Amino acid sequence: MTAPPAIEDLLRELTPQVLGALVRRHGQFEGCEDAVQEAVLAATVQWPAEGVPDNPRGWLMTVASRRLIDQMRSDHARRERESVTATDVVPEDVPDTDDSLVLLFLCCHPTLTAASQTALTLRAVGGLTTAEIARAFLVPEATMAARISRAKQRIKAAGSSFSLPDGAEREERLRVVLHVLYLIFNEGYTASSGSELHRADLAREAIRLTRMVHAQLPEDGEVTGLLALMLLTHARRETRTTEAGDLVPLDEQDRTEWDRVLIDEGIELVKTSLAGPELGPYQLQAAIAATHADAATAEETNWAQVHALYLILERIAPNPMVTLNRAIALAETEGPLAGLALLSTLDGDERMAGHHRLLSVRAHLLEKTGDTAGAYEHYRRAAKSTASIAEQRYLESRASRVREPRSSSGKLAEDA
Amino acid sequence: MKFLISLHINPAVLDALTDEEKAAIGDGHAAFIEALKRSGEMITTQALVDPSQAAVVSVRNGQPVVTDGPFLEAKEYLGGFYLIDCENKERAIELAAQIPDTAIEGLGVEVRQVMFADGQLEA
Repeated sequence: MTAPPAIEDLLRELTPQVLGALVRRHGQFEGCEDAVQEAVLAATVQWPAEGVPDNPRGWLMTVASRRLIDQMRSDHARRERESVTATDVVPEDVPDTDDSLVLLFLCCHPTLTAASQTALTLRAVGGLTTAEIARAFLVPEATMAARISRAKQRIKAAGSSFSLPDGAEREERLRVVLHVLYLIFNEGYTASSGSELHRADLAREAIRLTRMVHAQLPEDGEVTGLLALMLLTHARRETRTTEAGDLVPLDEQDRTEWDRVLIDEGIELVKTSLAGPELGPYQLQAAIAATHADAATAEETNWAQVHALYLILERIAPNPMVTLNRAIALAETEGPLAGLALLSTLDGDERMAGHHRLLSVRAHLLEKTGDTAGAYEHYRRAAKSTASIAEQRYLESRASRVREPRSSSGKLAEDA
Repeated sequence: MKFLISLHINPAVLDALTDEEKAAIGDGHAAFIEALKRSGEMITTQALVDPSQAAVVSVRNGQPVVTDGPFLEAKEYLGGFYLIDCENKERAIELAAQIPDTAIEGLGVEVRQVMFADGQLEA
């Protein structure tokens, strides 16, 4: 889209509302989705030139409805029955605040793969064009178009109705929705490859969509937790890499450059969600991020609290990656040997064997014990195991640092 | 995640196949390409000419030297590749296993994740 940012933001906000209202009225997600995309495209051309209409949502509704009806009319010869009811409809603005959420639930249909759920969510709820989504994920437009069209067919085949599921199913689907939003955010956050700009857009889009879910489900602790986690993570974005694109570890980041507004909002959300009755993985991860954000310097980090939070996380959502992170916190409170001992419990885990994170954390802890040869060996192996160039450069620089301790400043000598 | 599925061929093995077997491999690839496009996992695929048609280029003292033939003294050569975008490594392996070459002794199929990419995606 080439429209000015204000119009672009407005369109992203309105797209799911218009699409939701349209699907609620006509069913057939696929046709409605195409019609809304066309209306959005028309708006990006017309609004910057002619000004935003007084009722932009009504404008989009009208244009999208006309497109849909045109489409149905042209199908008329083949399927008379459908067009009769459709052409009766007079476009009007139906206030319905819940539709965006229903739409999000539909896009995260369990019959779709995570990649398809992500693509469809960004297009239908995020209002991104297929070309934009393809660019963000660094795949050809044809690949993304095929994925989206396949996803729409699958939803159609599954015959899902346009309504929020009930009870346990609703709870289950919400977890999928949150996971998809989390994946979109991570895609934008991981500075591994591709154009930085588009990736940052993805992170912002994930935050916007999560805000939308949070606005509709303010009582859900995990929704609140995920939003907090995203804000607290996003607040550190600028300090995570140098201008040259090199990774800066948490303890070396310039904390004065962290976005205080996002951090304050994130911490506030964490407090609210932790006061609630339930406790889920996103809330705990957000609480850990908040603990880091709370420390003015890396040295002041409340590692005991971080460790305790990882311990709870490990209990409610066991995962070798969580254990790995707990080992880092444990090393900070009880020393590198305790951390290494915990790491050794992961060696038998198939998911972790040869994983660059396990290798790099072990390297880091070995470095702290003074075993520079072991640290060097593990940094090198970790560098070979990662698919991220930024991470590889970082790990290789660590490797050369432990190999030639004299060439760097006295800082290393102090650590040892 | 992006993966390169590279197809390593052994020209001698290929030559020894019957026409029916060669046709079956061709059909298998065509079906595989169709399925990849439909699922939205295809980025691109390219097949290379026989390694005997390769040229090895080196520059010595600022002068290019070109010799015929493949660079590696090997039995198997890179015959082509699929560049795909799929959910994870397990899926990439599952897809690779659908390639007809995997069923033939002497033809190799290798899966590796892409680490860096640049250039036009639309070929």
